[in-house]
Formats: sequence, C-alpha cells, structure tokens
Amino acid sequence: MSQTGAQLIWESLLREGVDTVFGYPGGAILPTYDAMVGYPIRHVLVRHEQSAVHMADGYARASGRVGVVVATSGPGATNLVTGLATAMLDSTPLVAITGQVGSALLGTDAFQEVDITGITIPVTKHNYLVTRAEDIVPALREAFAVARSGRPGPVLVDITKDAQQGRARLDWEAALPHRHLRHLPPPLDPAALAQALDLIRHARRPIILAGHGVQLAGARAEVLALAERSDIPFALTLLGLGAVPATHPLSLGMMGMHGESWVNRAIQEADLLLAFGMRFDDRVTGKLKEYAPHAKKLHIDIDASELNKNVPVDVAIAGDLLEVLRALLPGVPVADRSGWLDTIREWRGDSAVRDIKNLPDDGHLYAAHVMHDLWCLTKGEAVVVTDVGQHQMWEAQYYKHDGERSLITSGGAGTMGFALPAAIGAKIARPEAEVWVVAGDGGFQMTFAELMTAVQEGVKVNIAVINNGYLGMVRQWQALFYEGRYAATPILSPDFVKLAEAFGIPGQRVETRVEVAAAVARAREAKGAALIEFKVEQEDSVYPMVPAGAALHEMIRRPSALAETGSDPV
Amino acid sequence: MPHVPAPHVLVVYTDDEPGVLTRVASLIRRRGFNIHSLTVGPTERTGLSRMTIVVDSDAPTVRQAVAHLRKLVNVLEVQQLGEGPMVVRDLVLVRVTAGPKVRSEVLQLAQVFRATVVDIAEDSLVIECTGSLDKIDALVDAMRPFGILELGRTGAVAMARGTRIPSATRAPLPLRTGSGPEAMSV
Ligand SMILES: Cc1ncc(C[n+]2csc(CCOP(=O)(O)OP(=O)(O)O)c2C)c(N)n1
Ligand SMILES: [Mg+2]
Repeated sequence: MSQTGAQLIWESLLREGVDTVFGYPGGAILPTYDAMVGYPIRHVLVRHEQSAVHMADGYARASGRVGVVVATSGPGATNLVTGLATAMLDSTPLVAITGQVGSALLGTDAFQEVDITGITIPVTKHNYLVTRAEDIVPALREAFAVARSGRPGPVLVDITKDAQQGRARLDWEAALPHRHLRHLPPPLDPAALAQALDLIRHARRPIILAGHGVQLAGARAEVLALAERSDIPFALTLLGLGAVPATHPLSLGMMGMHGESWVNRAIQEADLLLAFGMRFDDRVTGKLKEYAPHAKKLHIDIDASELNKNVPVDVAIAGDLLEVLRALLPGVPVADRSGWLDTIREWRGDSAVRDIKNLPDDGHLYAAHVMHDLWCLTKGEAVVVTDVGQHQMWEAQYYKHDGERSLITSGGAGTMGFALPAAIGAKIARPEAEVWVVAGDGGFQMTFAELMTAVQEGVKVNIAVINNGYLGMVRQWQALFYEGRYAATPILSPDFVKLAEAFGIPGQRVETRVEVAAAVARAREAKGAALIEFKVEQEDSVYPMVPAGAALHEMIRRPSALAETGSDPV
Repeated sequence: MPHVPAPHVLVVYTDDEPGVLTRVASLIRRRGFNIHSLTVGPTERTGLSRMTIVVDSDAPTVRQAVAHLRKLVNVLEVQQLGEGPMVVRDLVLVRVTAGPKVRSEVLQLAQVFRATVVDIAEDSLVIECTGSLDKIDALVDAMRPFGILELGRTGAVAMARGTRIPSATRAPLPLRTGSGPEAMSV
C-alpha cells in the first residue's frame, strides 16, 4: 500500500524514535502538517523558527537524542540559519525538515522559494533537496545517520510540496543508509597509541584538557579513570563543563579567556597537554605562538580535520574518544604527582583571595553571587541553560557542574537568544530535571516571545534574567579596549515582572543578595515557568580575562578593589 | 604563468549527484584553500564522478584540505598524488595571430610541441595541445610573441602510475543518484 510523502515523513520520524518536533507551519509544508494528526509525536509550536532550532538543540544536548525541526519554505527556512550555525559549531545532532515550493517551480523565484540547500551548505553537515515521494524515506534515514555519526551535527532535508503530496511505498529496509560510514575514523594505530603512552610516561607536569567531545563520546568514566590512575589534573573548555565533575579533586575548572588564572597558568607551565575531544578554539588558546610553550601535545578527536589545525601536536589520534581511551588505559602508568598538584594549589590560593565569591556582602548584588547562590540552592543538580555574555561566563565560573549534560550553552557561535528556547527543549527532553535559564537583559529580549510557547506547552523552566542595563560583555570590551566609550551598549528593558505576568507566569524582582534564596525558592515552587529579574551591579566585569590575541598567561586579574567600588577600574 | 608545486594534486571520488561540485567549491572557498585548477568528469562507473584538484598551498594546508574533503558525505575517497609517480595532463586551445608572414613559423613551433592545428582562419590559427602543466606553460610562452587572441585550458587531470586501484571504484553507491531536475545540478 502506498502512502503520501507527507505520511512517509512521519513514518520515518517514528521509526527513528522521534517523540517531539519543534516547528512552525506554512504553505509549502502544509501537506506534512495535515498528515501529522494521528501520529504519536508531540509538536511544539514555536514563536519564531530560529527558536525551533534552539529548542531542538537544547533537546538534543540534554538527552543525546537527535532534535527535529519542521519549518516552511522561504522565510521559514531562512529563519533556521542562525540555529543551524549554532548547532553546527557545537556539534549538535539535528534534523531540520523544510517545505519547498513544487518541483516544477524550482529556480523560478516562485512565492516563498528560497534556495535553502544552497544557503545552508556551510552550516550543516549535509543537506538534501528531495523532489520525489519515493526519495523521502532514504533521505530522512540517511539524514539521521549523518546527524548522529562521527562528530554529530545538523542536517537539513528540503522537501518539495509535490514530493509531500506524491505517493510511494514505505520500504524501510531498502532505505538503509551507508554513506555515513564512509567517513568513520580508521582503525586505531598501535604505533600512535604507544607514542601516546610514551608521552604520558615521560611527563612530569601533565594536564588533561577535556572538551565537549568527552560528553559526546560518553567517555566520562574513562577520562576520570585515566586522570585518577596517573594523578593528572584536568581543565575544561566551556562546553566541557559537566563532562567530568567540577568538584572532583583533580578538577581545575574552566580554561581560556575567562578561565581562572591558575588553570591557564597550569597550561602554560605544563610539559604535556592531553587534549580530549576539544578543538583548541582561539577562546581557549589565546595567542597561539605562546600557547603552552613547554608542553608536548597529544590530541584525540573524532574529527580528523581538527587535528593539527590550530595547534601542531606531537601525537594526533583520530578516533572515538571512548574507544581510544579504553585502548590506552591499561598502559597508563600509575603515578603520584603531588608536587605538580601542590604547585597548582599554591597558584589557586593566591587567586582565591581576590574571588568576589569570598568577599562579604556589601549591599551590592553581583551576578557572581547570584550564580554561586543558585548553585548552592539547587545543590548543583539543575540543568542550566545560559545565554551569551557576561552572565554566561559568571555561570561557568560559579555554578559548579558535576552532572553530565548539566550545562547547555552556545559556545562556538555565541548566539544570543539561545537560552530560553534551548531550555524549553531541554526540559521537554528531560521532564524530571530542574531546568534554569540564565540570560542577560539583552539576549533575553531577543527570544522572550518563547515564554508563550512554554506556557502553551506547559513547560516548567525557571528563568533568571541578569539585568545589568547593558549589553554587558560588549560594554566590558568597550571599558577595557575602547576607552570606555559605551556606543550602543546601554539597553532598556521592559518591566520584566509585568512582562512575566502578561504571559501568565509569576515574576519577581531581586535587588539585594538577602532576597535571592526566597525568590529562588518561590520560582522553584511555582507550578509552571517562573521568572526572576536580578538587578545586578551595572558596570561589573568578568575576570580574570585574557584579552583577545594575548597569551594565556597575560591575564587581567581580578582587581582587588572590585568589591569596594563595584565598577570597572577604568 | 603560475608555477604549481607538483605534489599537491588531489584526486577526489564523489557521488555523481546534483550539488556535489557546489559543496566542494564551497568548502575550498570557505576554508581559504588556494586552488590552481579543479576539473570534474564522469568515470567508468555510473554514479561515480572524479575530480582532480591542484592545490596551490603548503603541505599542512593541503593536509587540512584533504581532511575536510573527507568529511563530505558525497566524497568516497581522496587520493593525494605526488606521494608516488603520477601522470598529470592539461589540454589547451589557443588562438594565435598567424598572418601569412609568420604562419609557417607558428606551425613549426606547434610541431615541436606535438600540438595540432584544429582551426585555420585568415589571420589566426587555433592550436590544441595536451601535456604536462609545464609543457603547456612552455607552449603558451612560445606562442605569446605572435599574439594570443584567446586561450582556454581544461585544468589538470591526474592519475597515479602503477597498479594502485582506488577503492572508490568498488565502494557502494546510492541506489539512485539524486532526485529531481538534474539540469539544476552543480
Ligand atoms: C545574536 C548576537 N548578536 C550579538 C552578539 C554580540 N554580543 C556578545 S555578548 C553581547 C552582550 C550580551 O548582553 P546581555 O544579554 O545583556 O548579557 P550580559 O553580557 O550583559 O550579561 C553581545 C551583544 C552575540 N553574541 N549574538
Ligand atoms: Mg546585560
């Protein structure tokens, strides 16, 4: 019995184990929406297609499953682009299905025709233009396989209206994909493994750099086993936070531009870097010429094109981190590196006295305090989804992530507006988790329309808007590098409490530290979504900071006077 | 004439599908790889295309280019020639000014290069020549004094010498190649 192309889309999604799609209808995708009724798949109606991708992204990052997006042609499809780029840079497995004008109209600039496969080549792992009903199942099946395999990423499938309306037989078995297997990493090279072990054996000041790949590979236990067996401290990238527990005795914390000074110092002084599932982004290396000058480097990543891309390494292994670490572990020497660890501990002690967290309440509300308190109040067990800016860095510094997939943030792209929709997706994927949005006043205003999506779908996310009256991170750069000229960074906000109420959710405003705990408690108790606006110190800056282009050890340290004035030392 | 360092010749086997050339070109442009030429054509197998890309970059950059090409779903295999002996051929058509006075001189020169004359007009000749990149460069230089009116080169097609058979010539291909208006391909 044949089915319509539209039905075949839903049949394929069912077989791929999809339970939720995030989408927005329109003319070219209407046959697919019409066929949706009756399939046991939840559709979440978003308020903007970009948010649909962020939701699917949050869903995928929280669960490890493939997120699915549905949108119409033309503007519906182009609205996906930022979301796809965000997912691409952070290796999120997604499948986006877009409607397209009828195949006879392709290339004619028909109403709402946009060449979305052309547009999205650089921001997807692969994409498809499907013009016949019989090609839908093979394309979708392969799309899921490509999205999941190797280094995950987004895939777009553009399906013409006539393909959705046409008929074909469902032959699932015949559609078994194989092309994603073309690019699996080669079998492990015993010589490279031996070289890697040799590096570890000879190292005296080694440090593990753990990235997002640790999480994607599910290699938490293996990384910990290696670290513990050989007494090697680990530093994390932003997306690596949570991949291994922050409160582990060997955990140093986040590295890079806003990493703590002892972490970056340890990297600069190390004699071996063990880079696991990370890609030496410029935000973690600083000036490449002066990066970890004394260190030999071992780099393991599933994406061979990341090896020797930014940092030339001594041993590069392209492979599944889990598999590689399992092969390495038996040969990893048991070691005691208390000397090296003590040295790092001394550096750490020197920084702790400057840490704002350790300063007494002076009546000012600092975002760092809010993050620290939120961590304590939620016992570090929440899934936190952050937006982009200063609040994102404070969250990374002060919310100690122990659990896997407990921090969801746009790292590679740094996409403002990401947090609220991604959090909605995360909560839908993991209903049992406590999900917090941490967003700035700027970024929150980019996508707050999704509050209504949360309400319509009954999704409980707790929202902390960190209101500093500025596009704070940009203001910070202006303060430090543009002589304090605040061009276009002061930003007005609506009354967030009233705004929340307009959406039918409880809103609170917090202006002093003593109010934080009670407000957080009330938000957690609220049945549905709840919002808290934290009015924080306006001209506070994130420290430490490695200025863009500077070497990692050339950090701007926390000024010790910060707590007294609450503003930048400029 | 730009001199191409011989080792950086890539042979890329791809699905013969709409859009594949766009994907390869997009990758090359975005990652900033300088290429000297890119040629594409069918192979003995239906559904399998073969590209020859001459990359004008240093070795690390070429390694990067290869690693990125190997990530494209449509790419079956990338061979880096120059690790062994190879044959590289380019074809040129060149229209040269050749009035009665110099015509025989032009013809003689063409003969030296084993080039053939494929068109004769009153004041000009079209010469066709196949050979290594260096040979074609030399032919073009030799013709320049007479006045080159028009010139077209195919870009290099390359193949390794010896018996190494690319695995792509046996690897599985999609059951059908692409869908929809083939005319819109690439
Ligand atoms: C879509 C987008 N536009 C612009 C930027 C550049 N940018 C990075 S951080 C930032 C400021 C963010 O302000 P806000 O959301 O208030 O957070 P804060 O830094 O104040 O905590 C801007 C504009 C961006 N990252 N994303
Ligand atoms: Mg702000």
